[in-house]
Amino acid sequence: MAVTKDAPAHFPRIAACGDSALTIEFADGIDEATSGRVVALADLLANGTIIGIRDLVPTYRSLLVQYDPALVRGRDLTSQLLDLLERQPEAESGARHMIVPVLYGGETGADLDALAALKEMTRSDLIALHASAQYRVYMIGFAPGFAYLGGLPERLHTPRLAVPRQRIEAGAIGIGGQQASINSVPGPSGWRFIARTPLKLFDPYRAEPCLLRAGDRIRFRPIEAAEAADLDAAVARGEPVEQWEAA
Amino acid sequence: MSVLHVKDAGPMMTVQDLGRAGLSRFGVSGAGPMDTPSLRIANRLVGNAETDAGLEFAQVGGTFVVDTPVRIAVTGAAVGMTIDGKPLHAWESHHLLPGQTLRIGAVINAVWGYLAISGGIDTPPVLGARTTHLRTGLGGLDGRRLAAGDRLPLGTGSSAPLLAMRQPLARPRGPFRIVPGPQAGHFDAAAWKLFLEEPFRIATHRDRMAQMLDGPAISAFAGHDIISDGTVAGSIQVPSSGRPIVLMAERQTTGGYPKIATVATIDLPRLAQAMTGSSVRFRVVSRDEAEDLLMDQSRALTSALAGLEEKRETTGIKETTAMSGRSNA
Repeated sequence: MAVTKDAPAHFPRIAACGDSALTIEFADGIDEATSGRVVALADLLANGTIIGIRDLVPTYRSLLVQYDPALVRGRDLTSQLLDLLERQPEAESGARHMIVPVLYGGETGADLDALAALKEMTRSDLIALHASAQYRVYMIGFAPGFAYLGGLPERLHTPRLAVPRQRIEAGAIGIGGQQASINSVPGPSGWRFIARTPLKLFDPYRAEPCLLRAGDRIRFRPIEAAEAADLDAAVARGEPVEQWEAA
Repeated sequence: MSVLHVKDAGPMMTVQDLGRAGLSRFGVSGAGPMDTPSLRIANRLVGNAETDAGLEFAQVGGTFVVDTPVRIAVTGAAVGMTIDGKPLHAWESHHLLPGQTLRIGAVINAVWGYLAISGGIDTPPVLGARTTHLRTGLGGLDGRRLAAGDRLPLGTGSSAPLLAMRQPLARPRGPFRIVPGPQAGHFDAAAWKLFLEEPFRIATHRDRMAQMLDGPAISAFAGHDIISDGTVAGSIQVPSSGRPIVLMAERQTTGGYPKIATVATIDLPRLAQAMTGSSVRFRVVSRDEAEDLLMDQSRALTSALAGLEEKRETTGIKETTAMSGRSNA
């Protein structure tokens, strides 16, 4: 049985994921322009542009499209997508900018001092550097609402821990290699954690269960313990505390 | 409100409906049953909508009583089951009355069984579905496995006759069909030859999220790390150990291992139901073929559901009337 090899790197490349999904790959690296194309196509398809699409998973450099083969066959969907991609505007439109309040250090941000020592920085310089950058949500994945962020300043790039920790709290702000994260649910992780946000990124009982989506931009705003406690209380009461800023 | 009392539960019993659709982009797994056709059939046997929630269990069921007359059906495989000690068949519905005890024992020559109850399990939907996703604790009863002492709310059942599935739904046989990709090209001809020509075995390491396979190590010459991308039920990931992992109902939405191929949807329930240690071989089909197979099966299931036979109630009727009368007194 001859097995078809992947076509040579020619993007966008569309590959079957079985009989009910396909993936559109835009590149084989991580960069903002690629993510922008993924998000733009996801937004376009989320509007019902093509019949038969059931679900979408935008990731760093590709978009997974789940379809119902009773409504659209994979080969027809592929040609419709290729047509659409030729006409698709390159740039995504209307990115949202969220300000994420974070309390650096503490129990959840237990790696802050060790990371500052490793980077030969003061604690406050590290906080200032981490909070100075604009981050981009490349992908929500791994767990509900878990945000993978790009834009971490190079000086803060740090390999993962050799031994993962068993439990990291929801809201933990992490660093894993060149990526940053906001954890949405508690669980084990080998990333380093330097802060936490009172924001609840994922709440299945909220009208909008997931605060962030791929393509959003983020800035971290350092807060003190007293404000964190106030925000924790507001979140516990179910009040929306997230802040968006004009682009 | 009617209640199903769980007197005793097997180790892996959860509330399941057809899944939590359309939220993958927020990292929310679709979850749903391991053997979707079996849950759909169970629901129809008791007069429910196919989208109603029932119970899924692995290997062994449990002991149940109700506080209102219901109809129940067990599917998935042959199962040892009794009501008040009287042996009953799977794949058909039975009356279960207040005061009677339903015992569901071992699943025979398979893994997953399904119990549907008329009216459906009426736990509150979470994000539009009642399916339980254990890893994130979403849905079902508090997002967890059921245990002795649990009480599950039941919806209002329709007044349907007892039904039986006389012709078992034909399970596919032979090698498991796969569609190559999306990272087929990460694997060279030698790796593909091993993957398609050598048998694998269903490993003991298996759950609702993933099925590991024992067998030859499959090496990805292009590396075993990719930039994380989306997954589907049936994605065959190959981590650096070379041991393939088939993602199942409760998979996470993204993953960073190359996926050599995707199991055809038609063969996924069969993979879920394959006994631990049994042999698995793969055969490549085109996407078109896999889509055709899926739609053929869908039509066959629809016609099987439409053709469920009404059971002739003989001695059961008197018993039923007497029992209902007593419980109403």
